Amino acid sequence: MSLVSEGANFRGKLAAGPDIAEPSLASVGDYIALMKPRVMSLVVFTALVGLAVAPGSLHPVTGFTALLCIAVGAGAAGALNMWYDADVDAVMTRTARRPVPMGRVRPGEALAFGLTLGSFAVVVLGLLVNWAAAALLAFTIFFYVVVYTVWLKRSTPQNIVIGGAAGAFPPMIGWAAATGSLSLEPVLLFLIIFFWTPPHFWALALYRTDDYARAGIPMLPVVAGDISTRRQILLYTLILVPLGVAPWLFGYTGALYGATAIGAGAIMVALGWQVLRERSPAETASRKLFAFSILYLFLLFAVLLVERGWGGLIARLAA
Amino acid sequence: MGRADRPVGGVNIGIAMSEQPDDDGIVLTEAQKRARRSRSIAIALALAALVVLFYVMTLVKGPGVLIRPI
Repeated sequence: MSLVSEGANFRGKLAAGPDIAEPSLASVGDYIALMKPRVMSLVVFTALVGLAVAPGSLHPVTGFTALLCIAVGAGAAGALNMWYDADVDAVMTRTARRPVPMGRVRPGEALAFGLTLGSFAVVVLGLLVNWAAAALLAFTIFFYVVVYTVWLKRSTPQNIVIGGAAGAFPPMIGWAAATGSLSLEPVLLFLIIFFWTPPHFWALALYRTDDYARAGIPMLPVVAGDISTRRQILLYTLILVPLGVAPWLFGYTGALYGATAIGAGAIMVALGWQVLRERSPAETASRKLFAFSILYLFLLFAVLLVERGWGGLIARLAA
Repeated sequence: MGRADRPVGGVNIGIAMSEQPDDDGIVLTEAQKRARRSRSIAIALALAALVVLFYVMTLVKGPGVLIRPI
């Protein structure tokens, strides 16, 4: 049976509703998988940086509570995404083994799980930390589930450009958790992740084009073609690199961050150029750019954490 | 006499329940029972963690936690 017909069968099952006569065999691990733990770890890390670089002092337990709520909120968004996207997940090689398309968790269970976790995360963050951070978390979940998953993902090749905002909000939530407000610095962190998302995902989409085409997702390589996507990757990389350096230029960070942002940014541009120049299908260069883009973002935020977060923490403890 | 054996409205619930046929309703397999038990334990642990979290956060916030605008 082909993946396409399996997907059609799955849509039929969804339309027919859950089989209530069959008790669930879902394990705790299946529910953890619904929360997309790898995405959650990146969300927690970027939120931690936002929290740590924010001015003022925050009790460690309050900081932990904020990160826990942000992590659970991200998990809720992941579960709701898997609930809605179960039909396309079933036909894509990368996602076919997720709990809902595999039949281990029923769509209704994933929906209830996501809604429950999301509600708890927002309310607990509001009650125990502050309502500005809670409102931002609620908006992020809404943006990822409704704006990206339901609306943009299946309708436009700009899906991950606009939808990427959802992944860029966590440092702002972390900052808001610490200060109760926002300023230019967390907006810069938002912009770095926002402009990092297209080259990162389009590099992946370049060597997964068939997968997306089979699922009917209008990713840029599927709709606009290979060459156009490569140009767009380089264009977004050229916007990303100066933004990556901007926190240093604005005087928010020290020389170590500046050197890291310039050095890693130069490698990003070189890899983006390689993607543009390599003979079709540019799989080697795309894989390299995809892998390095993860390291690039990690390096920038890790150095920021070391310079601003830990430095500030040590200064506060020493005072 | 146990609670379930007390007559309610003229019907002895204990007897009525025991008269239900065994094959009526959903019978869980061992794997389903294990999965349900592990899910139940996870929910219990999550709720206990939430209670501890609220308790600790109340201590962190101190007496000020009770002073809120109406």
